[in-house]
Amino acid sequence: MKNDPVDVLIIGAGASGAAVAWSLADTRMHILCLDQGGWMNPAEYPSTGRDWEAKFYGEWSSSPNVRRRPEDYPINDDNSPIKVVNFNAVGGSTVMYTAHWPRLHPSDFKVKTLDGVADDWPIDYDALTPFFEENDRMMGTSGLSGDPKSPLSHPPMPPQPLGLSGPLIGKAMNKLGWHWWPSDTTVATMDYEGRARCINLGHCTPACAQGAKASTDITYWPHAIRAGVELKTHCRVREILTNGEGMATGVVYYDKDGVEQFQPAAVVIIACNGVGTPRLLLNSVSGKFPNGLANSSGLVGKNLMFHPYAQIYGYVKEPTDSNRAPPTCLWSKEWYDTDLSRGFVRGYGVQFVRGAGPVFEAVVSEQKGILPWGKDHHRVFRKLNGHRLGFSAICEDLPEEHNRVTLDPVLKDSHGIPAPKIDYTISENSRKMMDHALARGREVLEAAGATDLCVNSPIPWGGWHLLGTARMGTDPERSVVNEWGRSHDVKNLFIVDGSIFVTSGGVNPTSTIQALALYIADQMKQRLADLFD
Amino acid sequence: MSDNNQLTAAQRADLRTVAAMIVPESSEYRVPGADDPVIQADMLATLGRDTALVAQALDHLARLAGKPLAELDEAKRDAVAQEFRATGGAAAATLVRVVLQCYYRDDRVLRSLGFELRAPFPKGHVLEEGDWSLLDPVRARGGTLRRA
Repeated sequence: MKNDPVDVLIIGAGASGAAVAWSLADTRMHILCLDQGGWMNPAEYPSTGRDWEAKFYGEWSSSPNVRRRPEDYPINDDNSPIKVVNFNAVGGSTVMYTAHWPRLHPSDFKVKTLDGVADDWPIDYDALTPFFEENDRMMGTSGLSGDPKSPLSHPPMPPQPLGLSGPLIGKAMNKLGWHWWPSDTTVATMDYEGRARCINLGHCTPACAQGAKASTDITYWPHAIRAGVELKTHCRVREILTNGEGMATGVVYYDKDGVEQFQPAAVVIIACNGVGTPRLLLNSVSGKFPNGLANSSGLVGKNLMFHPYAQIYGYVKEPTDSNRAPPTCLWSKEWYDTDLSRGFVRGYGVQFVRGAGPVFEAVVSEQKGILPWGKDHHRVFRKLNGHRLGFSAICEDLPEEHNRVTLDPVLKDSHGIPAPKIDYTISENSRKMMDHALARGREVLEAAGATDLCVNSPIPWGGWHLLGTARMGTDPERSVVNEWGRSHDVKNLFIVDGSIFVTSGGVNPTSTIQALALYIADQMKQRLADLFD
Repeated sequence: MSDNNQLTAAQRADLRTVAAMIVPESSEYRVPGADDPVIQADMLATLGRDTALVAQALDHLARLAGKPLAELDEAKRDAVAQEFRATGGAAAATLVRVVLQCYYRDDRVLRSLGFELRAPFPKGHVLEEGDWSLLDPVRARGGTLRRA
């Protein structure tokens, strides 16, 4: 079935798709967004039920391979120590994330110049500054301006309370003379733009029933739709078609009834992030593009960067916030910049963790061997439960071409579309960085009086950050899109998600992904008269 | 949701026995064991997508025990349990997780731990503001941002 053509077709309604849709809406073009998922119903979110923790092991798992909702597609990540986690719905993975909101640092855009590794970005931090600010207003951030070791931000809401866990961490870091600061987050700490303030439901990651955590289904999308953007849900795009001139003509997708449709478009924007985007490009094969669309460089799918997480946690005598607060409240940038005396290049950010709920605590502690079976179970559980403090290092992953997304030769989704396959190894540089972080984390936790220390390095189901698989750059032989997000090969095809990252930095990337999407939308608006030249 | 018939009577008996080995009843803490009938009923009623792995784990346990787990003497039962946990892989981990997730949502258990018997939403929790003067040393140390 063929539909009426649209001016702009956006694939994916998550973090970046929502931002670019909203920004382009003021052009009055006919904009349509297709998403494979649907609108979520907060009344069904886990925290509305007594069995909220059990749901994390089933339909609210962060892994699509465990969750297996109809909207999900399988991912073969057997050949990776870090498993891909995501969420597929309007709002994408902003529905299911910790809401931790650091930005890349200015130095992250000049890695080659500063440290002689990887590549510099074709843009710098200053180019994104106004879009970081705009995005913070749209998403509604909370935090404390003035962090001496982070880029200046102006969160419109005050930071989350320190609670019980924050002072324990702060005192330990002060004892060691190390940097810490309340995190910028997208958790509303006061009523904001129709969102109710945080009431500490406890577990931000698997969706916020209160609506205090910003996800794009409740931030950007209502504005974009009011401005005329059309959003069709449960529509899974199979491939992008092109004509003889090498221009994209539209997409083939399966609608909510499973019927194959063709949607013509003058401009196609991909916003499917670092696994979904290369999967779509590699599935869009034609005579003119036999190796996948926009892939003359051969780099589509390559240079996958995850951020290996090195996590250490322990148990203090004092009560911690446990599941009674958003899980992350503080960060540290003490080890963010390169110091070659540490034995590795680049660095890592740290997010401190307040605690865990009782089921999670019991299950994980039994697996770690610190919670016994038998008569001593009750005594030990009472010592552990509600006393956990955690230190998680987000290690900068450098781009390596052998870390990649390809198409699995066998595995397919429910529509018969080839599924992505991940091949990934942790580099020696990253491993040294992780070991360094664990040693520092141990010092912090011991300074806080913690015992029974446990390690997850890497966090196996920690592949939240999917970056680098369609990198931006000025050289068509070394990049997939140019410095304003347009494909080098297909002049009406744009990519706005995490796949265009050149390097990964050492922080959660969503703030930067959305700033990039807004920047690219702004570039498109400035160039409307000669967008395809 | 699954029904009780998804596990055999022998599997259900072994599940009950192993659950009590993981979390026994405690008079000191005034809590039931994980073999409590209400908790067992919760497990069986909510096995759902875990059924196959739990059944696999129980089959593995039965092979190691050679007879109903409850019929082994305590020393032998403990040895079987250790072997089961060490060699049972994902299936054993799933069984243990099912036991613990049902145990730690039981009203009697949560009450003994000091939890309110409710979902997190809509009441939420109150969080202390904390002592913000702890940031003073960080401010005093200052810092710079690295730039090219």
